[in-house]
Amino acid sequence: MATETHGAEAAAEGSALVFHPMDQFIVKPLFGNGDVGMFTITNVTLWLFLAIVSVVLLMVLGTSRRAIVPSRSQSIAELAYGFVHKMVEDVAGKDGLKYFPYIMTLFLFIVFANFLGLIPMSFTTTSHFAVTVVLALAVFLTVTILGFVKNGASFLGLFWVASAPLALRPVLAVIELISYFVRPVSHSIRLAGNVMAGHAVIKVFAGFAAIAAISPISVIAITAMYGLEVLVAFIQAYVFTILTCVYLKDALHPHH
Amino acid sequence: MATEPITEELAGVCVDSHGSAVGMPQLCGDWIGNQVFWLIITLVVIYFILARVALPRIASVLAERQGTITNDIAAAEELKAKAQDAEAAYEKALADARAEAQTIAQKTRDVIKADLDVEMAKADAQIAAKAAESEQAIAGIRDSALANVEVVAKDTAAAIVAALGVTADEARVNAAVDSQLKG
Repeated sequence: MATETHGAEAAAEGSALVFHPMDQFIVKPLFGNGDVGMFTITNVTLWLFLAIVSVVLLMVLGTSRRAIVPSRSQSIAELAYGFVHKMVEDVAGKDGLKYFPYIMTLFLFIVFANFLGLIPMSFTTTSHFAVTVVLALAVFLTVTILGFVKNGASFLGLFWVASAPLALRPVLAVIELISYFVRPVSHSIRLAGNVMAGHAVIKVFAGFAAIAAISPISVIAITAMYGLEVLVAFIQAYVFTILTCVYLKDALHPHH
Repeated sequence: MATEPITEELAGVCVDSHGSAVGMPQLCGDWIGNQVFWLIITLVVIYFILARVALPRIASVLAERQGTITNDIAAAEELKAKAQDAEAAYEKALADARAEAQTIAQKTRDVIKADLDVEMAKADAQIAAKAAESEQAIAGIRDSALANVEVVAKDTAAAIVAALGVTADEARVNAAVDSQLKG
């Protein structure tokens, strides 16, 4: 990693320590060294494409035999289907099942993007706010529009807590309104923040591996962090999906 | 992950001249358009793959499996009921057979007993007949023996008389013997 160019920093610390934990998040053109324009094929494009390939491998090729007694891949595909299907049904109710393919898309994309990002040297698309904000805004806009389309003006009842004392209701309405608009922010930053932080921390530990005395501890720490990141990769996808279901429930049944 | 250094002229607000990130790459505005564009394409592609192919297929497989399971359970229950019926029929047949066997045995016993009684009676009658016949024969023999005694006695008396040197008057000898025998 560009040792001679960062010799100054390294020398300042009196060792070979070089930390560039954020370099893994740089977007680069895949072919040549041109500018990153809107339609440039970049590492983002590659890893998004690999996410599509993973989805196709699991959900289409894995289930191609349509076996009554499923194979391993078909079992996993059915497990994922059942997992999200049950989540949507439990949280958003029966009428939320209409939006199941949409939520399944989000879940599978985030899961595969997260796990592909755990491959060493890979690029983690979900570590970028640009990506997660699009996901969260898509959910936020869909849910808000859906709420008004399904319920009309009574969707605003979501902010008017009828069970609270009358005097408190305007205050609560303001709080509810703020919390409603903070939703896409927390929704997106939670995912990107978790993924980015984990990857950056692993990179920092990797930097410490340059010192022979610390390197065993560093390797152990990387291993432990990696294990944690595997958990985070799934849990953040789960959290994102279940929050989507909760927001969908609010849109379909706005009255508390 | 700046393994290949980016050339000097490309260094901008996001990447320094050595190819390292300036601050957080996540906050670099230059890349947002690219990421959003490809992300939306990705999401649309995944959505159509799922909605058109994968999810209906899995749903149909799950429904089919549910149907198969339901059918199999129903068939199993039917077979179980059949087995229970068969067992009941078997038990009934067994009980019937046992009862019938008992009846037949009783009947046979009765028939044999009746036959036996008849045979016994017949045998008794035969024995009685034989006994009577034997008694008759014995009586006949005794009578004939007595008659013979008379003849022998007469002959003997005549012979004795002749031996005494007297010409025996047969009529007198017979009368004497007769009177003696009647004695």
